[in-house]
Amino acid sequence: MSMQEGDTAMEQTRPMNLVGGIAATAARARERRAGSVQLTGPKIVAEHFNFYYGAFQALADISLEFPALQVVGIIGPSGCGKSTLLRAINRMHDRTPGARGEGRLTLDGQEIYAAATDPIQIRRRVGMVFQRPNPFASSIYANVAYGLRLNGVRSRQQLDERVEHALRRAALWDEVKDRLHRDSGTALSGGQQQRLCIARAIATEPEVLLMDEPCSALDPIATLKIEELIDQLRAQFTIVMVTHNMQQAARVSDMTVFMLMDEKTRAGRVIEVAATAQLFTSPGDARTEAYISGRFG
Amino acid sequence: MATTSERPVALGNAWTRWFRHGDGLFAAIVALFSVLVVGLVFAVGVVTYLGSAEARAQFGAGFFTGIDWNPIETSIQAVTFGAWPAVRGTLLTSLIAVTLAAPVGIGIGIYLSELCPRSIRQPLSFMVELLAAIPSVIYGLWGVLVLLPFFTDVLANPIADSLGTIIPALAQPVGTGRGIIATGMILALMILPTISAITRDVLAVVPNTQREVMLALGATRWEVIWGAVLPYSRAGIVGGIMLGLGRALGETMAAVMIVGNTARISDSWFQPATTAASQIASELTNATSPLHESALIYLALTLFAITLTLNLAARILVAQLSRGAASSRF
Repeated sequence: MSMQEGDTAMEQTRPMNLVGGIAATAARARERRAGSVQLTGPKIVAEHFNFYYGAFQALADISLEFPALQVVGIIGPSGCGKSTLLRAINRMHDRTPGARGEGRLTLDGQEIYAAATDPIQIRRRVGMVFQRPNPFASSIYANVAYGLRLNGVRSRQQLDERVEHALRRAALWDEVKDRLHRDSGTALSGGQQQRLCIARAIATEPEVLLMDEPCSALDPIATLKIEELIDQLRAQFTIVMVTHNMQQAARVSDMTVFMLMDEKTRAGRVIEVAATAQLFTSPGDARTEAYISGRFG
Repeated sequence: MATTSERPVALGNAWTRWFRHGDGLFAAIVALFSVLVVGLVFAVGVVTYLGSAEARAQFGAGFFTGIDWNPIETSIQAVTFGAWPAVRGTLLTSLIAVTLAAPVGIGIGIYLSELCPRSIRQPLSFMVELLAAIPSVIYGLWGVLVLLPFFTDVLANPIADSLGTIIPALAQPVGTGRGIIATGMILALMILPTISAITRDVLAVVPNTQREVMLALGATRWEVIWGAVLPYSRAGIVGGIMLGLGRALGETMAAVMIVGNTARISDSWFQPATTAASQIASELTNATSPLHESALIYLALTLFAITLTLNLAARILVAQLSRGAASSRF
């Protein structure tokens, strides 16, 4: 009993410190990027978007704008639908029986879930990086060339150039340039594998990059490298990143979306959307504040 | 009893660990079973080796290339035994079987694991596996009653009359249709469930992320299968084909009923021939002399050696495929 009382006493002081810590991180990140963040129009827009797995509603009434060439972080406790939302953007749910989207979700004004929309065209414009590094069991070069070949790039010279370009942009070139054809992508370290997967995703020059907890399987140093990389990629890609790690959202994203599962219906809802520094300094919703201060989730 | 329960289990002495807890006893029993299996393979080798002593002494290595098989002395031919017609028949029928069954079996496996609607996946899988449960004598019977008439009329004769004029292996006479090609077709049916079930199983364990990466790169369903799923599982698929090949090499009953049991080498694969297994099965009970019997056992030893060699080759191939994944081309 005395232990529990002690915990309760601590909790009353801890939240303020934590909010202060993350807010400071977010503020520093904003200063670091000051001037580099462009004011841009929305790239992806959700308007009253709902998503269902069969009879179960996984996302309820999502209305959001993802600005072009910015990093949007989606945070929230497990089961709040953040991955479902991310994967709805490039229609990765198509293989799941009974999964369907309703309402408007648009990419540059084009409805992603319209009957006339070709999911393959959408996916070629929207790249994706997954939670666990998942290189193919083929050479490093072939891993990056996969998407290019799918897109019909055949000339050896063009492939060479674009593979090198993608690997340089993923900050992996210097580490692998001597063994592009010799080593398998699976022979790299976890952090290198994830940068290889980023290279693979950006090689085809998509407009949007979706990242589903890209660092959750990585150690802190590898995580830092990926975060630095994301910082550079924002110049060319609109990035949507799901993360469990609030510090990471504070460090990397320009805008943060906080989601929560509705207690009654269990459907995911957006609770708050704001510029990252603002969301972590002065959250507008009590639930956001409770979450970022570590009181639940 | 009290002292036993007080003793820390993990620190018990060797005696306790081995016998009181029973681990040692259990290990010894299962080890014995494993030794029995290895011993059985060894025993089969020894028995066929010893049993073939007479034939080996008389024919030596020439047995493998000998093309005559005459158990009974006639005015024009002496008694002689050569394995080549049977070995050739075994290899050709199995080769035809694998060539026909591999693409179809892999296709079925792909459909079952990648494309088929969930509701019919189970029943369809069950039906395919049921094919493996049909006794081979029934395949043989079906082959004689249904396949042979159909095969002769619809396939063999038209092919022999057209392609057969260019390719000697497909030439006339077709006759009753009994021969290497018809046997290969029946064997293909028999190994189909093996190949498709194994393909389905190895595709089912391909991590979903491999498919999703391809999809996310903008791949079509076909490109996902061809570019990510099949390369990932090719070692397992080759393993399934090899298992099917093993079954085709040793299949006896259906071959006895369809191959024609004629130890002769004809140019045309439509002509009656023989396989090692069917020759042993059909002749052993009425072997005319000790040498005849010994020659049949020598033939068994030869078949044993062929299957062992092919299995070993398959293992090496599979090991190299799983290791050499870096050379994937796509």
